[in-house]
Amino acid sequence: MSITLPKPAARYRPPAPLGGRRAGPRRSRRSILALLFLAPALVLLGAFVAWPMLSAFRLSFTDSSGFGRESWIGLDNYTRVFTDPAVLRALGNTALYAGLFTPTAVIVALVLALALNHPRLPLRGAFRTALFLPFVVSLAVAAFAWSYLLDPQIGLLNYWLRGAGIQLGNVLQDPALAMPTVALVAVWKNFGFYMVIFIAGLQEIPGSIREAAVVDGANAWQRLVHITLPMLSNTFAFVLIVALIAALQAFDQIYVMTGGGPFGSTQTIVMEIYESGFRELELGFASALSYVLLAITLLLSLVQFVFFGRRERDAQ
Amino acid sequence: MTATGFLRRPRRVHAASVMLVIGMLLAAAAALLPIAIIVFTAFKPIAEVNAYPPTLVPGQWTLENFSRIFDELPFARLILNSIVFAGGVTLFALAFDSLAAYALARIDFRGSRVLLIAIIASLMIPFQATLIPIYQLVADLGWVNTFAGLIAPRAADAFGIFFLRQFFLSLPRDLDNAARIDGASEFRIFRSVILPNAVPALLTLGIFTFVNNWNDLLWPLVFTTDAEMGTITSGLTLLTGPGGIIPQGVMMAGSLIAVLPLAVMFLMIQRRFIESVATTGMK
Repeated sequence: MSITLPKPAARYRPPAPLGGRRAGPRRSRRSILALLFLAPALVLLGAFVAWPMLSAFRLSFTDSSGFGRESWIGLDNYTRVFTDPAVLRALGNTALYAGLFTPTAVIVALVLALALNHPRLPLRGAFRTALFLPFVVSLAVAAFAWSYLLDPQIGLLNYWLRGAGIQLGNVLQDPALAMPTVALVAVWKNFGFYMVIFIAGLQEIPGSIREAAVVDGANAWQRLVHITLPMLSNTFAFVLIVALIAALQAFDQIYVMTGGGPFGSTQTIVMEIYESGFRELELGFASALSYVLLAITLLLSLVQFVFFGRRERDAQ
Repeated sequence: MTATGFLRRPRRVHAASVMLVIGMLLAAAAALLPIAIIVFTAFKPIAEVNAYPPTLVPGQWTLENFSRIFDELPFARLILNSIVFAGGVTLFALAFDSLAAYALARIDFRGSRVLLIAIIASLMIPFQATLIPIYQLVADLGWVNTFAGLIAPRAADAFGIFFLRQFFLSLPRDLDNAARIDGASEFRIFRSVILPNAVPALLTLGIFTFVNNWNDLLWPLVFTTDAEMGTITSGLTLLTGPGGIIPQGVMMAGSLIAVLPLAVMFLMIQRRFIESVATTGMK
């Protein structure tokens, strides 16, 4: 799973009971004790994770609206997910968003991590602080700032770009540019996070390998291509999947900047779940869509789990 | 390598360093520009915000935007709500997660393995996917627009339990076995031996949880319909959208107040902050 989590120690074997007492009562006493420690968390996780999972599954086969009668409608909601043009569009938009956000964020993060790790870089700490600072800004607030910067009339960025001969126009009202813009805001907010994961990965590469390459006469480019990047490939895959899962959940800045528009061009899965579930009160349909999101996320998590589980075993 | 190449090498390296610094300055400027626009616009008079050509730094500094944001929204209340919500989730989650983690790390009981696997499996569920039934449950309990509704569903967190369990396992057994031989109860060992030794992990998880909840938009948007019960993040979105006639300076003053606590915390404890986000974010 994670690169930096502490490794679990060997499984605890309790000391053998003294005086040859039978282990039975002790064991059941331990179970009760454990249950007391676990009770608050188990009650909450049961009520707010396990039960909602089952409940959403049941709801997804009904036409529930939250109140009044609900009837079983079989797979109708799922059929609608995969035939309704608006929903298909939201699925496609989410894929487009993921396709714009993920590679951009990961590559920007990797390049800046390599630069920050460069031995000749002065003011390393100051640069790292500046580059990580966007991560503490909420995506909603980032969306306010970017909307203002990109305002067609009074936006500073628009004004500067006009000075450079680039006419952006009203990007948030342009169906072709709205999605790249909301993806850009997420890149701005999140690259610092992926960057520090890459830095952690870079610092795990033993310095001796680099030194050996230098002695062998490899130049900086050769060292990058033949040593650093290959040794970073696991971190790279990890960041890629984490970013991809985050991209599937795109909501905040889209809600603030475009509300899903113009003409539905930035409507994503989570926007669609929010609107159908909490505005139009089509709980059954929203639950079916939730399960589609869940299935895609589980698939990606499973890839990550299998990939990194194997990797951790290999490393041991 | 030829002799000339060897001689020219130091100058090339120098040029590369200059390029590196210029590139980093540009990247830092791009990272900081939206933050600069928030800070500077928050202190600009309205006339200057709408002036053309736009400027970055105010010609004249004013605090009027900050007083306006308290008129447009129940902003003092929103600040309080954000603190209670993010702080409450953090404190409860740390308490309940560490208790559960202790049982999983230190008490050998039937079903502990199955339970751990279930907890790890539930890490993969995005909260957006179960939002509707969670909302129904919160509504049935009559908890919409209450702190209970905002906090309870997040007061225990599978990731926190897993993370702390891993940390507790890394603590030496001798620590608690000594206390056990002295006859200390399991709860006493948890409180007086394990917790004090787990402060770094608790801080790490705490920072991560606080930041995530403070910045969250969808959650307060769903569980509060009353403007008085929103958080800063969700409250500010009420001022945007079509027909949003709120001056940008006022929006930016509100945004600055939303960002400030986290920014100050980050600048004060940078190393730990980055480490918290990086280690716990990797779930």
